[in-house]
Parts: sequence; structure tokens; C-alpha cells
Amino acid sequence: MLELKNITKVIGDKLILRNFSLTLARGESVAVIGPNGAGKSTFFKLAVGLMQPTSGEIHLNQAQIKKKSLLLQKKIGYLGHESFLYNALTPRENLVFYGKLYKVKNIEEKVANLLKEVGLHYFKDIPIRSFSRGMMQRLAIARVLLADPEYLFLDEPHTGLDQEAVSLLNRLIEERQREGIGILLISHDFEQVVSVCERVLVLNKGRIIEERQIDSEEGLMPFKNWYEAVVSGK
Amino acid sequence: MKTLLADALTIAGKDLRNEWKSKQTIGMMIIFSSLVILIFSFAFDPTNNTVKAIIPGLIWVITIFAGLLGLNRSFIAENENDSLTGLKVAPIDPSSIFLGKVLTNLVLVTTVQIISIPMLFLLFDYRFHGQIIWFLLIVLIATIGFIVIGTFLAALAANAKNSEMLLPVLLLPLLSPLMIAAVQATRIVLEQEGIADAISWLQLMVGYDLLFFAACFFLFEFLMEGS
Repeated sequence: MLELKNITKVIGDKLILRNFSLTLARGESVAVIGPNGAGKSTFFKLAVGLMQPTSGEIHLNQAQIKKKSLLLQKKIGYLGHESFLYNALTPRENLVFYGKLYKVKNIEEKVANLLKEVGLHYFKDIPIRSFSRGMMQRLAIARVLLADPEYLFLDEPHTGLDQEAVSLLNRLIEERQREGIGILLISHDFEQVVSVCERVLVLNKGRIIEERQIDSEEGLMPFKNWYEAVVSGK
Repeated sequence: MKTLLADALTIAGKDLRNEWKSKQTIGMMIIFSSLVILIFSFAFDPTNNTVKAIIPGLIWVITIFAGLLGLNRSFIAENENDSLTGLKVAPIDPSSIFLGKVLTNLVLVTTVQIISIPMLFLLFDYRFHGQIIWFLLIVLIATIGFIVIGTFLAALAANAKNSEMLLPVLLLPLLSPLMIAAVQATRIVLEQEGIADAISWLQLMVGYDLLFFAACFFLFEFLMEGS
């Protein structure tokens, strides 16, 4: 279980996150939504170790994580706004490179399987500079899944994807969730939030203002209405 | 330590593979150094014996300025698709990123030296009579010092708006002691004055290398956190 307890982050004189707490169990999928500038991406960066919190604690399986934990970084797969891939290299070379850094066993076999899974097998030896946004995102997803993380942190993963790629991503998320991987999703795409996640947190001005379970049969409009009411404070 | 070295080699391997495919940086470095040698060979009369005195200085002018082109690129290239963040979130020691970049830059600059130094001797009609082992040792030690501090400052400057301009401004003053020692030691070896005179300069360079390597190696983690 991954627990973030009373995380506060101050940058300069700006309070970005205020006493942010979150628990993510394995096999659970949670969405963090909120308006632009609410602190969602900062929270992700704190959780994956890209930033240090001003105060608060991070616990992984009941053990407190100290500054720059390689264990935490190995167990979290982080998909950011960018792909973190190298344009001059082929999909296979990119994945083998990251596989070596994550100490993945049977890299070549795993890379071949993942490339098939994300539908890039036929492009495996072409430098990715010619890839479309959707193809890059598919490869970025393969990069994240390569190290078999226990938790997946996905920051707006559906942005710029076509319908086929969205379905593929959702299928991969659901499969990994069934295998016991905890999913944390930041998204402005409520349709995907409702279809993928079980629980939602609304973050506004650096603090969680509402939390609830998602009923996928409830439909999109009631969910949107609920969000607007929560954010506007009505 | 073994893991750190393995990660550094993985990063250096990736950078060199990238470079092998694009040949962008090494191509520019070789063209630049060749042009400098060519211009100097026309500017000075190679038959004039006093011209030989500028050869030690020229070796290091070429190394530093061609090297700056490569150093500038080493971290800016990681901004493409924000791949530096990919390295930062990977379960590796940040120092292995530094070590990997040092290895890459060392290979690139050494390649340029292997091409440009013989070309310099050729165009200046200089016959090498010194002790080749000592000459290579001096070149290697001074190049390592230059690359270590240059790689660290390249990482520091990479996030700045005018990083291409910032890097030389930060680097050249810090390199002065190393370059004075390198030019003097190279001159002594090339003029066959006896290696004993070059030893003190060599010691200064080794001390400089060790001091800056230790400082950059341990400070790099904080540099990565701040960027």
C-alpha cells in the first residue's frame, strides 16, 4: 500500500499543496481531478521523487520512504506529459535502454512482447522521430509497463490519443489493475475517469475538497454536474 | 559501486549510439577543430621556428573550444521529450548520469584529439621527437579534468535560457589553472626539456582532477534535484 500523509509543498512563497493525504492500495484505481493549477502534477512529482515535500511523509508497505528512494522509484511507473523517449533511437532501443536502467530480466523477450501488446511490433526498428503523438504515447506506455511496477502514475495519459489508442490504453490499465497494480490517474477527460477509475479525489487550490466512489453506471452527465458543483462550492 | 558503473555505461552507450546515428555533435567538433588548424596554419608561417612555440597552446585551444560544442549538447539533448526526467525517475543513482555523460564527452573529445592533433603537427610541419607516453598521459589527464568540470557546468547551464553562452563564461575561469598546467607540461614534453620539469605540472593536474571529480560527483545529485 502506498500512503502519502499530510504532504505540504511550498515553492517560493506559494503554497502548492496543503496537508495532502492519499492512500492507494494495490489493485485500486484512483483518479485525481481538478482545475488547472490545482497542484495535481506537483503531487505526482512529489510521489515519484522528482521533488521533495516541504513536510509530510510517504509510506510504502508501512515503511517510511526517505529522500530519493530507489525502491520507490522501481515500484512506481510514471507516465508524464512527455514521453521521456529518445527520437534518434528505435522503439526497441529505447525500451532496452530503460530496461537496463530498471534492471529488467529477459529484456529482449519482454520488449518484444510489450511492443506487440501496444501494437508497435512492425515499427520496432524505425527511429521514433517519425512517430505520431499516438504512437509515441503507446511506446511511452510500454516504457512504463516494462519494469512491472506495483503502482502506475498516469498524468493525462489519454491526451492526443485516437479512439483505438484510448481503448488500448484503457484495456492495458484494466488488465494491470486486475493483476494487482495500483493505478493513480490525473485527467481532465471525465469519460475516461468514469470508465477506468473506482474512486475520485477533487483537488483545488492545493487541497482535497471532495472524495467519492465512482459508479460507472451513473453516466457522464451526473458526474460532470457533481464535479462542477464541488469546484464552484455550491 | 558496480551498479553505478553499469548504469553509467548504459547511459554512455545510449548517448554514443544516439551520436553514432546522428553524427551531429562529433561532426561539428571535427569541422570546427579542422578549420581552426587550417586558419592558424595560414596565419602563421610554419617554416618559422618560433611558430613551434604556439603548438602546445593550440592543442588546448582546439580541445577546449571543440569540446565546448559537445558539452553544450550533452544535457540540452536530454530536454528532447523531457528524457532527463525519465532518467531522474529511474531507480539509478543521479551520480551515474554524471558519470555516463563524462564518459560520453570523454570519448567525443578524445576522438576529436586523435584526428586534430596529428593534423596540427602535419600542417605546422612539426616533427614529434618527445616522449609519446608522457605526451599522451598529459593530454589524457588534462582532458579528463576539462570534461569533468565541463560536464558538471553543462548540467548547471542546461536549464538557463542562454546556456550556450553561459557555459563558456562559467567554465573558462575555472579551467585556467588546469590549462596553464596543461600547456606548460605539453610544452616541456614537446621541447624535450626533461620530464622532471613537467612532473610538478602533472601533479597539479592530477590534484585538480581529483578535487573537481569528487566535488562534481557528490554535488551532481543536488543539481538534478534543483533542475
